[in-house]
Amino acid sequence: MIWGVLQFPGSCDERDALHACSLAGEARLIWHEERDLGGVDGVVVPGGFSYGDYLRAGAIARFSPAMEAVAEFAAAGGPVLGICNGFQVLCEAGLLPGALLLNEELRFVCRQVELIAGDGERLSIPVKHGEGRFYAPDDILDEIEENGQVAFRYAPGQNPNGSARDIAGVTNEAGNVLGLMPHPEHAVDPLTGSTDGLKIFRSIAGLAA
Amino acid sequence: MTVEVSKHRELGLTDSEFELICEKLGREPNDVELAMFSLLWSEHCAYKHSRKLLRRLPTEGERVVMGPGENAGAVDVGNGYAVAFKVESHNHPSAVEPFQGAATGVGGILRDVFALGARPIAILDSLRFGELDSVRSRHLLDGAVRGIGHYGNSIGVATVGGEIYFEAPYEHNCLVNAMCVGLALQDEMVRAAAAGVGNAVVLMGASTGRDGIGGASVLASAELGDGDGDKRPTVQIGDPFEESKLLECCLELLGKGLLVSLQDLGAAGLTSSAGEMASAGGVGIDLDVARVPLREADMEPFEIMVSESQERMLGVVEPAKVAEVLAVCEKWQTGAAEIGVVTDSEQIRVLRGEEMVGEMPVEALVDGCPLYDLAPEEPGGWIYGNEDVLPARVAAAAGPGADPNDPSAILLALLSSPSVASKRWAFEQYDSVVGSRTVRRPESAGAAILNLPESGNAIAVSIDGNGRRVACDPYAGTVEAVLECAQNLACVGAEPLGLTNCLNFGNPEKPAPAWQLDRAVSGLADACKALGVPVVGGNVSLYNEGPDGPIYPTPVVGMVGELPDPERVAGSAFAKEGDAVGLVGPFSPSLAGSELAKLRGELDMGLPQPDVAAVADACATIRDAVRAGKLASAHDISDGGLACALAESAIGAGLGCKVDLTPLIERSGLTAEEALFGEGPGGFLLSGERAALESLGQSGVEVVVLGEVGGGEIAMEAGERSFSLPLEAAESAWRSLAEQVETPT
Amino acid sequence: MAKARVLIRPKEGILDPQGKAVERALPALGFEGVEHVRVGRMVELEAEDPERLGELCEKLLANPLIEDYEIQTL
Repeated sequence: MIWGVLQFPGSCDERDALHACSLAGEARLIWHEERDLGGVDGVVVPGGFSYGDYLRAGAIARFSPAMEAVAEFAAAGGPVLGICNGFQVLCEAGLLPGALLLNEELRFVCRQVELIAGDGERLSIPVKHGEGRFYAPDDILDEIEENGQVAFRYAPGQNPNGSARDIAGVTNEAGNVLGLMPHPEHAVDPLTGSTDGLKIFRSIAGLAA
Repeated sequence: MTVEVSKHRELGLTDSEFELICEKLGREPNDVELAMFSLLWSEHCAYKHSRKLLRRLPTEGERVVMGPGENAGAVDVGNGYAVAFKVESHNHPSAVEPFQGAATGVGGILRDVFALGARPIAILDSLRFGELDSVRSRHLLDGAVRGIGHYGNSIGVATVGGEIYFEAPYEHNCLVNAMCVGLALQDEMVRAAAAGVGNAVVLMGASTGRDGIGGASVLASAELGDGDGDKRPTVQIGDPFEESKLLECCLELLGKGLLVSLQDLGAAGLTSSAGEMASAGGVGIDLDVARVPLREADMEPFEIMVSESQERMLGVVEPAKVAEVLAVCEKWQTGAAEIGVVTDSEQIRVLRGEEMVGEMPVEALVDGCPLYDLAPEEPGGWIYGNEDVLPARVAAAAGPGADPNDPSAILLALLSSPSVASKRWAFEQYDSVVGSRTVRRPESAGAAILNLPESGNAIAVSIDGNGRRVACDPYAGTVEAVLECAQNLACVGAEPLGLTNCLNFGNPEKPAPAWQLDRAVSGLADACKALGVPVVGGNVSLYNEGPDGPIYPTPVVGMVGELPDPERVAGSAFAKEGDAVGLVGPFSPSLAGSELAKLRGELDMGLPQPDVAAVADACATIRDAVRAGKLASAHDISDGGLACALAESAIGAGLGCKVDLTPLIERSGLTAEEALFGEGPGGFLLSGERAALESLGQSGVEVVVLGEVGGGEIAMEAGERSFSLPLEAAESAWRSLAEQVETPT
Repeated sequence: MAKARVLIRPKEGILDPQGKAVERALPALGFEGVEHVRVGRMVELEAEDPERLGELCEKLLANPLIEDYEIQTL
């Protein structure tokens, strides 16, 4: 499994994502100006503050040449994982439904939270964001839920940002694009936290295989 | 009739300083030259009142790679790597505009570290505000925390530790000290000295605007009063996105060997940057202000030379490599312009195109400022206020009917005291995990721990200082700050490698602050020498005074240590039921200068003198025990004394404890209250197997087994002051900072 | 060159915590009777082709899912 991790000016967690991906395959960085993804099997759009989060988080990054290539890759069914700012970029690009808004408490929050995956499994993964409140109009939310597109929810009482219906991560209808606000790349090493995040990378690698 | 104040006085220069400048130039300075001198000869840049004192500090050691005088200090951590670090203040700008003041403080210290070629890997911050019942203090706290978070989070450097204190003397003059730690390959590190006559001087980063014009001399060398509204335009605005690009660009340039030297632009902008580079290199520099990329049209040459626009660096580049440097800057979308040349003139010459607009000898500008001796005088007694707030605090923490003499009520009041309470409200606003090196997140262990897979080990970092205790005894209080850092490092198995410090004091021209500064520097020097820890860099911030007088004298100490195995670290919370709890070390608590004395309004001069050698021995014993995996938990005893340390270890674990302080009381002749709430250095609160704790005594260190972990209560036997407190009540008090900050009075 | 100002507001019905925070802070500062505070963004620009401003707003300046925009020609 060869992973490509996008790098924009202002990305923060791309090296951490690169390391996490390398635990589930091989991984390389893709500079935002590249139109050619270089034959990777899966793409990660990492966390950070691409373009300083100027205008709106992810609003500028979505227009980069690399993101255009990612859109084509996704349309062809390739697996794409968007983490935090990456999730914001994918929503801005229309590859995922909804949008991410300012946290309800108006503060950045960095905290270990418990997530519940679609199959009921519980994962302990850190969040760290100021604009992570997932929003979509009610009819879209209903659609997302009915289609089984809710990939992760915050466990009861653990919603750090006021996200609608406790939604922490969603997929597209086809199921090959996944976006989530929590940071699985910061949960791959017992020395620095939990290792539940590794499961997410491995499961995507399994899908791509 | 209006009296015209001489220009030089308006810029903060004394008459005799002005005369000296005229003497050195052989003529009167023009406006550009006067502006440049006024900044470099300001207290903030020239350290005129502190430089002589700082010569007392020990700066050498086997592991020192870079000492004071460079952009930051650095120590060897093995395998060809060095850890660079420094702490700096941004006090006055933060008091005027806390968000931007704190943000640009972080930006500035980051640049100091990557100017050496070290990639920043951690930030810590040490903050002080007035009491939380003041709207102004809540506003400053809120702004500063958001500003630090904004900058650190956006640039992707983990904020892993810090401290926040709330004391009335900081009401008008808050303190914002930011520390940065970075990692570098020693071969790729670079110094600031400009070299190579004919080499190009290249300005990189953001364009230059009017930010901070006159900032250093106007803000940092003068006391804050009611006219602060006018100071608003001189506050710099930070852009972490710009800095992120500049950082990557600089590291790439250094990795490719494209820079001869690098210096960041901070206080006094181009003037100090070019001046210091030229001075360090024994060369001259010609600068053409017409080539500086400007954000605002029609800036005067003096404005361009003193602008404090953020996110800029100055590099010296061999002519043949300039094109490649510009190309790397272009790739990272960061500005770059060749603005000058290194000469052998030993002058700084400022040109506008062909026109010469200012010139002065480097030596006069950078080193020519007179250094002043202090006229210290010990004050006759306690010069700060005292207010008995204990009944009110007890009522707020334990309920309206609670007795201010009841030890469980006192414990709740101490735990909820903003200086003691959990700072989770603040540190959750910081990204503490980016970079994947953070082995211990804030509040989980005595010090922050950063994994260094590159050198096969880890480092621990702590930042500490207690201004109130330094006010009680500037010498002993400063020694205590150094010891506290060493103890925090010992708790995680780390051995100190080096120290940085920020000396935040009042007006040095007044006798009491002068005495405080003089005694504090001696304390710092003696403690560092006794512990064998070199001072590799630091910062001085003077003239921190409000209308009511000076701040508490506040030396802030940042210490970096190394540990061989990050998997062998003891956290500060108890680990399991049944573990023994012990007090280890030469702990001689006293209520002098304590949080309890403060709440009772009983602060006064005098602290017991610390036994540095005994504390150092205890640190070594604890460190070895932690490295050997012998201890389940280790917590340094500081604010609020032993009772608070016990409560914190219990709350962190969700486990109560049952301890008997009678042996401690009897052995040391203490009162029960001193044993419970007394403060002082040398105390470690440990837990683990009873035999393991007792075995620590073999090295000669004092060990008192107090009891054991277990149950749902914090129960302390202390003669007539025995009490027990449900764990939830203690936790609720300790976690109440968020409520105290966000609930308007 | 046509000068324009674009006002971008959160759509009605979307939780606007910034607006709420401002609204809550006003009484303490002595301003009673202020409600329905919404906080948005303003972009000013000069465009050679004002016909395309709508497209520019839809594509970049505003996110139509969560924001409304208004173009004011100056």
